[in-house]
Amino acid sequence: MSSRIWLPASRRLTRRGALALGLAAGATLGSRAARAQNQPKPPAKPTGQVVVGLSQEPTVFNPLMPHIEVDQGVHWNLFSPLWGVDASGNFVPQLATEVPTVANGGISADGQSWRVKLRNDVKWHDGTPFTAEDVKFTIDLINNPHFRSASRNGHSLVTDLTVVSPTEVTWRMQKPFAPYSSILSWTFIVPQHILAKASDPNTAPFNNAPVGTGPFKWSERMPGDHITLVANPDFFGTGPYLERLVFRYVPDLTVMFTQFQTGAIDHTGLQGITADHYQQATKVAGRKVEVGPAAFVESITMNLSRPQFQDQAVREALYYGMDKKGIIDAIYYGLPSETETFLPRQSWAYNPDLPKHVHDPAKAKQMLDAAGWTAGSDGIRAKNGVRLAFTNSTTAGNHVREQAQQLLQQDWREIGVDMQIKDMPAAVIWGDYFNLSQYDSVMVGQDKMTGPDPDVTAYYDSNAIPAKGGAGTNTMEYVNPKVDALLLAGATTVDRAKRAPIYRDLAAIIRTDLPTLPIFQYVTIEGHKDTLFGYQPSVYVASNCWNIAQWYWAS
Amino acid sequence: MSAYLLRRLGQSLILLLIVSVIAFGVLHLAPGGPLAQFALTPGMTQADLARIAHQMGLDRPLPLQYWEWFHRMLDGDWGRSYRDNQPVLAVIGGHLPATLELMVSSTLIAVLIGTWVGVLGALRRYSVFDYLATVGAMVALSIPTFWFGLVVIYAFSVRLPWLPAGGMYTIGEGSFLDYLHHLIAPALVLALVTVAIWSRYMRSSMLEVIGQDYVRTARAKGMPERVVVLHHALRNALLPMIAIAGLQLPTLLGGALVTETVFTWPGMGRLFLDSIGYRDYPVLMGVLMVTALLVLIGNLGADLLYAVYDPRIRLD
Repeated sequence: MSSRIWLPASRRLTRRGALALGLAAGATLGSRAARAQNQPKPPAKPTGQVVVGLSQEPTVFNPLMPHIEVDQGVHWNLFSPLWGVDASGNFVPQLATEVPTVANGGISADGQSWRVKLRNDVKWHDGTPFTAEDVKFTIDLINNPHFRSASRNGHSLVTDLTVVSPTEVTWRMQKPFAPYSSILSWTFIVPQHILAKASDPNTAPFNNAPVGTGPFKWSERMPGDHITLVANPDFFGTGPYLERLVFRYVPDLTVMFTQFQTGAIDHTGLQGITADHYQQATKVAGRKVEVGPAAFVESITMNLSRPQFQDQAVREALYYGMDKKGIIDAIYYGLPSETETFLPRQSWAYNPDLPKHVHDPAKAKQMLDAAGWTAGSDGIRAKNGVRLAFTNSTTAGNHVREQAQQLLQQDWREIGVDMQIKDMPAAVIWGDYFNLSQYDSVMVGQDKMTGPDPDVTAYYDSNAIPAKGGAGTNTMEYVNPKVDALLLAGATTVDRAKRAPIYRDLAAIIRTDLPTLPIFQYVTIEGHKDTLFGYQPSVYVASNCWNIAQWYWAS
Repeated sequence: MSAYLLRRLGQSLILLLIVSVIAFGVLHLAPGGPLAQFALTPGMTQADLARIAHQMGLDRPLPLQYWEWFHRMLDGDWGRSYRDNQPVLAVIGGHLPATLELMVSSTLIAVLIGTWVGVLGALRRYSVFDYLATVGAMVALSIPTFWFGLVVIYAFSVRLPWLPAGGMYTIGEGSFLDYLHHLIAPALVLALVTVAIWSRYMRSSMLEVIGQDYVRTARAKGMPERVVVLHHALRNALLPMIAIAGLQLPTLLGGALVTETVFTWPGMGRLFLDSIGYRDYPVLMGVLMVTALLVLIGNLGADLLYAVYDPRIRLD
C-alpha cells in the first residue's frame, strides 16, 4: 500500500504537468508522516535481501580514507559515528549517549572544551566491546601525518584528547569551530584493536575486510561486481530488518534502469533514474519512484579574475538573460526546483526571502548598454577593448548539461554575449583546470556544505583561493570582506539559533554579488519495489543508503 | 632453434621496456589525475587534496616516479590500486576469470560456427547458402554491440522472462546452471562479431586451398569428399588461422568493454575503462604491461606453432 506519483497520459511534459508533478512530489514528501501510519510494520526478525544498484563502484571501505558518495553509502551500514543526522538536520545520538551542546554542558560556553559520553553496550562486529579508546584512536589516526585521511577539516583543531573512562572522552579545540559537530556526524569510528596492529594503516587488511559497529556486517566483495553485507544481530540501534544487503555495481544508467524494470535490482541508488526515464519509470508495475531533494546546487560559476566578469552589471545581466525555467522544464523535465542560493532548501540555514530570478532579456540589454558594453559589428558587446566573450565548460559526455549549455548560448547571444562551449572529461576538468581557476566559467553541481553543516568558508572566503595559494575551493576568486567576516562569525558561533541569521545575511550578500548564477537544486530520482519500505531521502548525507537499517519488506 | 628463441626473448624484453616507458609517460602527462574524482565530493577541502597528492607521491618528478614503479615491479610488487588499495596483480587476477569465461566461451562458439559457415561457403561458392552467409556476415559486422545487447536484454529479459538482465550469477545462488544461464546472452552477443570475421577468413583461406593441385590430386585418386575436405583441405586452410588466433590472444584477456557494460559483466574491459576514468595509474600500468606481454607471447606462440604445424617453415 503506497502512494504513487500519477501523471496525465500526455507524454510531453507541459508547464501544468510540471506544476502537478512538483505538487505531487511535494505532497508525497509532506504526506510521508501520514503514510507512515498506514505502512505495514517491520518484521520481528531480519528477513529477506535487498539489492541496491549503483552506477559507480564503491571501492573504499575504510571510512577515514578518501572516498566518494557511493562509498559513504556503504559506510553508513557498516560503521557508526558518535551521532548521526536525521532527514530534518537534527543530530541523533549513536555511539554517544547524547549530543554535546552548550546547553547540556557537553561543550563549554567558549566552544572549546568538549566532553562526550559514550554508550557501554556497543560491540564491534567481531564481538569486542566498543570503548572510548576507539574514539581517541580514530581522531588520532585522522591526524596522523602518515595516514592518508580524507579530510582533517576540524579534526586538526583537536588537542588534549583524553580518555577519561571507557565511556567518556574529552578534548580541547584550538579555536571554537561550530561545524565540528556536523563533521563528527560524518566521522565513522574505527576499531583500535584491529587497526592499531597494522604496520601501515593505509594498506591494512582491514581496508578490505572492515569491522564496524553498524547494522550490517561485511560478508564478501567481488571486485567490479558487488558487495554483500549481512545483518548484525547485536546492533545497538533499531533494526536491521534485512538479512542481506547487496550493493551491485551497474556501470551504465540505461542498463541500471533496465535492471530496475526487470526487478534484478530492488533499489536504484546513485546516480538514480535519469530525468528522461522518469515518466517511464512511474509506469512500471510494482515499483515506486521517489523524487527527493539533494544537497547539490547547479550553477554557472564564473572566474572573477577575468575582466568580463569583474563588472557587476555583466553578472546581473547574464542572470537576467538566462532562461532558468526553460532549462529546468525543457531539459530536466521540470523535476529539479529553481534556487537563488547555494544551500539546499531543506537546510536550517536556508534563506527563503531572496529576490527571485526573472528572465528579462530586455532588462539585460538595458543594463549592459548603461554600463558601457556596446555591441560591435558581429553583435557581440565590448568595452575598453574587452569582448563580452568567454568559454563555458562542463563534464564531456553529460548530454543533459550539453543541452543546457546550448540553451544558454542561445539566450546569451540574444543579449550580445558570446559564450563558447568547451567541455572536457571529468578527470581533466575537475583537476587543475577547475581548482587552479584556469577556466572562464563552468557549469557545475556542488554541495558546498561542510557535511551537513552550512559552513561554506572553503568556497567564499578570500583566503580560500587555491590559485593565489589559499587552501580552499574558492576557484571563482571571489573576494568580499563582509562575506569573510560573516563566514568567520558563522564558524565560531556554536549556538545554532544564533548561526541561522548569519547565514541568511551571507546568502543575501552573495545573491546581490552573484559570483555564481544559481540555476536549480538537484533532486534525486530513485526507484524501488513497492513492497520495500523505509526509504528516506536526506540532504544531510551524501547517499540515500544512509538508513537501510530501517528498510524492510512488507510481509 | 634455441638461438632463435633467445633472440626473440631478448627482443621481447626490450620491447616491454619501451612500452612501459611510453605507457607511463603518456598516462602521467595526460591532463587530469586520480584526485579529480574527489574535487566535488562534499566534505573534502583543497588542503586535504593537496596533502593527499603529496602522500601519494604524485608531486614528485616523473622519472623518479617511473623508476620507483619499475624497480618495484621487478621485485614482483606491481603497486596498489589507488581506489581499493588492493595489489594490482590481485585486482587484475580478480577480473581475469570473468573475462576468460566470457571470451573463451564466445570465441569457442564463434570459431565452431564460423569455421563451419566459412568452409561450407567455400565449398558451395555462390550458392544461396554462401550468399546468405556473406550478407549475414556484413550485417553482423555492422551491428553496434551496445544496441544489439540492449535489444537482446529487452527481448529476452524484459519482455520474455527467459534470460537474466545481466551480472555473472544471481546473488544468493551460484550453481553451475545459474552461471550458464547468465553466460548465454553476453557470450552470444560477443560471438556475433567474431563469427562474422572468422567465417570470412575461413572462407577465403579455404577457397585458396581448394584450388591447389594436391586437392585435385586427392579427388582424382578417388578419396571420399569428406576425407578430401577434412584431412587435406581443412588442415591446410587452418594454417593462416593460427597466426590470426595468435593475434587474438590479447583480445581474449582484454575483454569486450561494450558487452561487459551492457551485461554488467565484471571483466577486464570494464576494469580498464573505470581505471582510465579514475586515473588509477598502477592498475592501468599493470593492465598495459600484461596486454603487451600477451601480444608478444601470442606472436611468439603463433610463430612456433606455425613452424611445428607446417614442415615447410624453418625457424632461425
